[in-house]
Amino acid sequence: MPIMNADTRHPVTITLNGRSRTGHAHPRMLLSDFLRHELGAHGTRVGCEHGVCGACTVRIDGVAQRTCLTLAVQADGRRVDTVEGLAPEGRMTALQEAFRRHHALQCGFCTAGILMSLSDYLERVPRPTEGELRDMLSGHLCRCTGYAGIVRAVMDVTGASTEVADV
Amino acid sequence: MKPAAFDYLRPASVAEALAALARGGEDARVVAGGQSLMPMLNMRLVQPRLLVDLSRLEELRRLDSRDGWLEVGAAVTQSELMARSTLAEEVPLLAAALPWVGHFQTRNRGTVCGSVAHADPSAEIPLCLVALRGQVLLRSARARRAVPAESFFLGPLTTVKAADEIIEAVRFPLRGSGTGYAFREVAMRHGDFAITACAAVADAHVLRLAVGGVADRPTARDWPFLFGAAMDEALNAFAWDLGGDDDQHATAAYRRTLVRGVGRAVIEEALSCR
Ligand code: FES
Ligand code: FES
Repeated sequence: MPIMNADTRHPVTITLNGRSRTGHAHPRMLLSDFLRHELGAHGTRVGCEHGVCGACTVRIDGVAQRTCLTLAVQADGRRVDTVEGLAPEGRMTALQEAFRRHHALQCGFCTAGILMSLSDYLERVPRPTEGELRDMLSGHLCRCTGYAGIVRAVMDVTGASTEVADV
Repeated sequence: MKPAAFDYLRPASVAEALAALARGGEDARVVAGGQSLMPMLNMRLVQPRLLVDLSRLEELRRLDSRDGWLEVGAAVTQSELMARSTLAEEVPLLAAALPWVGHFQTRNRGTVCGSVAHADPSAEIPLCLVALRGQVLLRSARARRAVPAESFFLGPLTTVKAADEIIEAVRFPLRGSGTGYAFREVAMRHGDFAITACAAVADAHVLRLAVGGVADRPTARDWPFLFGAAMDEALNAFAWDLGGDDDQHATAAYRRTLVRGVGRAVIEEALSCR
């Protein structure tokens, strides 16, 4: 493959939530910006833009990872799943319903990233312990909820009990 | 918080990557998982002219054990290594340390070799490589060479790797019979950089303790068997020799306390699981 020039916008095609989408990106463009500004998929949030907060997490070829630490050109030809694809028929998933029931979000800025992490993680670890779940959540910063509602929502969906009292 | 402009190459082969690096010189950088390099690009701490992406090279996805080593290719992610079902028997120290490397989301993309190339003094994978006396396999368009872990790291973010070389793979020695291993670290929160991390290896003759997060690179020391006060003295001397500094996370004195306490704990654990 030839070198992609820094000053040129290059075509990038991804399968976004099951649909083939093409946009253009300079090599330095982050995947987070490509999704939001080039493809208009605003569900993915951008917080810190250096890999700390987890707000920008999506699934690339099924694997949850941070889009602010991925270049758009690196995602070329890949499958990218974002929060918009979780509920294709406009009906929320069981996990999303549980988030609502348990007040697992307030401002919602962190929520898309957490849901995308969980959608990968729970396929690998269908019934995590609370400790395992909190380990996984350590890759996300939520400044509103204190995580208690998030833990309760997940434990509710997986059928596990939790130490966190309902408030 | 956006990277400065650079050219980008997704080579079709390792040979093509190496040729590009040979031409690019100091202005070219290698990216695989990008979990260390991308934050530095976003903050413009590094501004390469050319980025060479190794992440899709099948040749670098090798992950197998042979001739007494577990060899991990440059494109293998930390999650992929963690998911290897035989890892706890092959390299128990790595199996114990990997859950401490970053977070689920960063391990999913971050590579084992990338962590070694980045050479953060507090990073877990370089620490394990030094503790176990692993090797770094370097390759350029000119030559290949295998560098012992202990001579690979020179200081914070500094290694003997030349600009035109890539880490093709790293090698961890397979578990030795009658050998025990243990790993522990202390960090502000799970997934944060370690304030101090300790890895111990104990066989019938030698105790080996490697410490990360204190000196400017992961550092190991060997002792013949030690007990009681002799062990305390040895650990205390090692803690002082590591020469840690005060920083925003901890004082040098606290780090010495951790080397003495956590160091002793991992040594005892390694001895008990031989
Ligand atoms: S915006 Fe990507 S981790 Fe914070
Ligand atoms: S709901 Fe506001 S940051 Fe998590």
